[in-house]
Amino acid sequence: MSIIVDENTKLVVSGLTGREGSFHGLRNRDYGTALVAGVTPGKGGQDVDGVPVYDSIAEAAADRGANTSMIFVPARFAAAAIDEAIGAGIGTVIAITEGIPVHDMLKTYWKAREAGVLLVGPNCPGVLSPGKANVGIIPAQFFDVGSIGVVSKSGTLTYQIGNELKQAGLGNSTIVGIGGDPIVGSDFIDVLELFEADDETELIVMVGEIGGDAEERAADYIAETVTKPVVGYIAGFTAPEGKQMGHAGAIISGSSGTAQAKKDALEAKGVRVGTSPTETAQLAAEAVAAAR
Amino acid sequence: MDLLEYQGKELFARHGLAVPKGRHAARVEEATMAADEVGYPCVVKAQVRTGKRGKAGGIKVASSRDEARQHAQAILGMDIRGFTVHEVWIEEASKIAAELYASVILDRSEKKLLAMLSAMGGMDVEQMAERDPNALVRRHVDSDGALDPRVGRELAERAGIDEDVRGGVAEMLAKLCEVAIAEDATLIEVNPLIVTAERRVIALDAKVTIDGNALFRHSDLAELRDVSAEDPQERMAKERGITYVKLDGDIGILGNGAGLCMATLDVVAQAGGRPANFLDAGGGSRAEAIVNALEVIASDEKVRAILFNIFGGITRCDEIAKGIIEASKQIEIGVPLVVRLDGTNAEEGLRLLAEADLPTLHQEKTMLGAAETVVELAGG
Repeated sequence: MSIIVDENTKLVVSGLTGREGSFHGLRNRDYGTALVAGVTPGKGGQDVDGVPVYDSIAEAAADRGANTSMIFVPARFAAAAIDEAIGAGIGTVIAITEGIPVHDMLKTYWKAREAGVLLVGPNCPGVLSPGKANVGIIPAQFFDVGSIGVVSKSGTLTYQIGNELKQAGLGNSTIVGIGGDPIVGSDFIDVLELFEADDETELIVMVGEIGGDAEERAADYIAETVTKPVVGYIAGFTAPEGKQMGHAGAIISGSSGTAQAKKDALEAKGVRVGTSPTETAQLAAEAVAAAR
Repeated sequence: MDLLEYQGKELFARHGLAVPKGRHAARVEEATMAADEVGYPCVVKAQVRTGKRGKAGGIKVASSRDEARQHAQAILGMDIRGFTVHEVWIEEASKIAAELYASVILDRSEKKLLAMLSAMGGMDVEQMAERDPNALVRRHVDSDGALDPRVGRELAERAGIDEDVRGGVAEMLAKLCEVAIAEDATLIEVNPLIVTAERRVIALDAKVTIDGNALFRHSDLAELRDVSAEDPQERMAKERGITYVKLDGDIGILGNGAGLCMATLDVVAQAGGRPANFLDAGGGSRAEAIVNALEVIASDEKVRAILFNIFGGITRCDEIAKGIIEASKQIEIGVPLVVRLDGTNAEEGLRLLAEADLPTLHQEKTMLGAAETVVELAGG
């Protein structure tokens, strides 16, 4: 089955006519993803390497049956592009753009929730289901088809872990980059829920980093709800204390947001946490072997 | 972006919130004149982006011109927890009847703004919550940021705030929410929020963090961006648009992607080393970017070895290798350089590096191996 993107994905890319949008959009198509349309206001009627461009997502959806949208437009217009996709009835929106103002995302987050839209990102590398579809900037060559689900706040760190899994002869059902921004459409918990329900996923690797308390909340969720084995990794043990949230941030979450606090929270719920990307891949390989 | 106290107060004043009258100054003479204008007694307050200024001697009351001058002289240039004081804020002394706490912050878990209120202001909010968890009352705010005055009054009542000032406190809290929305703030903390002897409600402090991604719609705030970074490397990095954080070790680190870079710091620390910095070379990482990054890292005199940890995804390792070779022609790197390249075109990159045969360069295949080697080289 895999999750979020697969062979039924029909992709429309907002910002397909831009440099980054066309580079990655066409790479996704080369991988085998059904790229059905691009959207750039004012450029309707043009095409990008044979992919028709529309003025609006609604037109692209009506004309080409797009069911998944990828957002590649500049930060200051990106929340509006996500809102547009939600309004056009697109079911899955994957936002790659980085630097979207957090107050814009606060509003957009709730629009997506209320409409029942699955929003991934922003500021994320996208979603890859090996052998089926790739939506985003994840380099697919480091991942094989297999049964390990990966959910991660970080891009390059995920490629590193995927590559080590591949070398160990293991592949992935889906790799989901949720992004590291303060407000993201899907948290660890949202993706864990999808992996738990996915019959192709045997084991889940969760890659977190300092800041917020999404990992701590995920630890509780895993203990209560997830029956599949989960292996974790947290980056940022040596990072200087975050200044952004100050003390008041720690008060609401009841956690300091440090890497150690997150590792402790996961281990307290029985999740094994690797000390390096390499060890994390090894733990995952061991867990898969033990389960078989 | 964190605002200085006085910048926060000026922002409050623009939105109609009550703050003490004051002026800021960067020199002693200016400060003395500012004190004359504000009147005596007044308070001379160090303007730095860190807390506990009072304990460090950065906040003093002056009852005369001479005292104001003396305090300004002592405080300007003072070091407070690693921050040099470049500016002071002189404000009228307030007659304090009660110290409260108010804040509006982004709750990233609940995806909402959270308003908080307490009658126990003046102390550290963590201490407050520890002493009495019920003393801090909380309420989430809808994304339009409107806080109903009745809700505000109810919060004030629950916080145990005196009845006669509940209306004023509620109004203050509602305005703080408005400011957060209007100015793209992710944190506004007023501690203390005071009730004066005349029973007025005034923001005596202001800690404001503005979302750096939203500065394009706040040109006035964008101008306040701190250009006087304290550290020479951080300043250099900022000028070159590089994501760099100075740490206090002796191993220079360059990685691509924030997550991988943090993981690199961690494995170096696990191998017994002390990272000198965090530097995310980002996605592009062409030759010029690598020259820039290496210059910043190498300009830190404490650095005794440098680790380059690259996992090429979209970034091609042969491009990175070319960048390293180019950089070694342009600048003198007086310390050993450990390079670990993996991912896209890694073999080609490693071949280029081997051919270039740079004297101080060591190649490693794995991240852990690279960490161990760089720690050894830095120690030797």
